[in-house]
Formats: sequence, structure tokens, C-alpha cells
Amino acid sequence: MTQVLKLIKAFGRFWWDFLVGDTPELFVSTLVILAATALLSRGHHAGYAAEVILPLLVVLSLLWSVRKSWPKR
Amino acid sequence: MIGATVSSGIVVLVGAVFLACAVEMVEALTIVVAVGHTRGWRWALEGVIVALVVLGALVGVFGPALIHVPLSWLRLIVGGVLLIFGLQWLRKAVLRASGLKAKHDEDAIYAEMVAELHAAPQATSRDQIAFMMAFKGVFLEGLEVVVTVLTLGTSAHRLGLASAVAGGTVVLVAVVGAVVAKQLSSVPENAMKTTVGVMLISYGTFWAGEGLGIHWPGSDGFLALLVVLYGVATYGVVLLTRQAARTKVAS
Repeated sequence: MTQVLKLIKAFGRFWWDFLVGDTPELFVSTLVILAATALLSRGHHAGYAAEVILPLLVVLSLLWSVRKSWPKR
Repeated sequence: MIGATVSSGIVVLVGAVFLACAVEMVEALTIVVAVGHTRGWRWALEGVIVALVVLGALVGVFGPALIHVPLSWLRLIVGGVLLIFGLQWLRKAVLRASGLKAKHDEDAIYAEMVAELHAAPQATSRDQIAFMMAFKGVFLEGLEVVVTVLTLGTSAHRLGLASAVAGGTVVLVAVVGAVVAKQLSSVPENAMKTTVGVMLISYGTFWAGEGLGIHWPGSDGFLALLVVLYGVATYGVVLLTRQAARTKVAS
């Protein structure tokens, strides 16, 4: 039983490190991007908006995360 | 037209799996060569073989299981995972290209490993330390490759192709490592990581979009456009970050 618990803990820790790790902002921003795209992709012509917004938000997410490591002035 | 659109998806898939696998296996090779040179090759190679068998079994077990998940959900989840994973790779690559983070130095890692292995007690019969170091090195580096192969392979319905490319890359890196008989410190690792990151977020965007009901113009051909778009954007972020680093130094 303890062996099974250890395996479950190790599995959970692997995914936590893999998806969140030391960049929780990327995890959160991806969830926000997907939620925003899901909202935008509903309705007439909304698909076109989502096609532009989704890649744009991905680039902004990268810039935001990298910017956090820029030297402070 | 169909041939062209299908091939652009396959090219990105093959390229992403090949480069991701090559980067991780170069890192694993450094550990294996350090173990082999200091503790003997027998236990190092045993550790490598066991790790590769376990990694192959993971793909064999989870690959067919993932195929039963409804395609739109699979693509949304896989797209999300690839976006996070790809953004993490790109962030590190951008910081390294801008000089804000030290580049991965295989020579330094090798020297550190050799010193650590020399300090460890010598085994009289079975060298557990050598076995475990080689096993852990290959297994931990290989786990990221397994996730990449599973996510890219199952979503594109090309798990066999993705697995074959990963397997071929492992053999290629091993052969090159054996020929040069040392760790591959001159491999342009950061450029490879940047390319993988761009490919992963391109696939992530594409599949997350499809999972959410977006019909991309040009179907699979849109992937190639995403790769170009993200490549240019990443270059722009590198330039901005370099400028920020220089401004700080000047002030």
C-alpha cells in the first residue's frame, strides 16, 4: 500500500514539475489562453478572431514570462 | 495539394520529435560517457538498456490507451500540454540566447560527474552506482521525449512514426557518441532547443485550436505558417531581451 502511495505521489510530482515547475505563470497563462479562445470561437465569424488571438496570446505569454527575468532598472 | 498539406504536418512532427530526442539524448550521453569512463562500460550500458526498455514500455502502454480518448478532448489536452512545455523550452532558450542564463555546458557537467563518480566507493562485484547513474540519466532525460512522442504521435495518429523517429535518434546519438568517444559538447543545443520550442507551441496552438472547434485556414498547411510566425516572434523576443540586458549593463 505504501509502495502504491509512493508511486502515486511520484507520478503527481512528475506532472507538477513538468507542467508548473518554476514557471507557474506559463501554466496559468495557457489556461487563460485556452479559456479566452474557447469563448471567442463561439458564434458567427468568431473563429476568425480566435485564429488571430490564440497565436497572439501565446507570443504575449512568452514575452511576459521572459520579461519577468529581465534585469530590474 | 493534399500531399503538400499532409507532408507539412509530418515534417513538423518528425522535426520536433527528432530535435527534442536529440537534445535530451545528448544530455544523457554526457552522463553515460562519464559513468562508462570512470566506472566501466558494462554497468553503464546495462543501465542504459534497462532505461530504454522502460521508456519503450511506457510508450507501448500509454500510447494505445490515449487513442481511446475522444479526439477533440485529446487534441485540446495535448495542445495545452504542448503549449506549456514548448513555452518553457522557449523561455529558457531565449534567456540563454540573451545571456541572462548560463548556457548548458556539457564539459562542466561531465567534469562534475567524473569527480563525483571517482569519489564514490568502488564496487567489488556489481557496480550499483554506475548502473543507477546511467539508468537515471537516460530515464529522466528520456521521460520528456516520451511525453513528446505520446502527445505528438497520438494526436496526429502517427504514434508509430513518432516512436520510430525517437528510436532512430537514440541510435544516431549513441553511434555519434561512440565514434567521437566523448560527450557531444559542440552540439548547438540552444539553437536546437529554440527550434523544438517553436515546433511544440506551433503544434500546441494548432491542436488546442482544433480541440476548441477552430478550423484553421489551409488545414495542416497552417502549421507551417505558425512555425514561421512563432520563429519570427521568438527572434523578436530575443532581441528585446538582449536590449534590456544591455541597457541594464550601460546604466
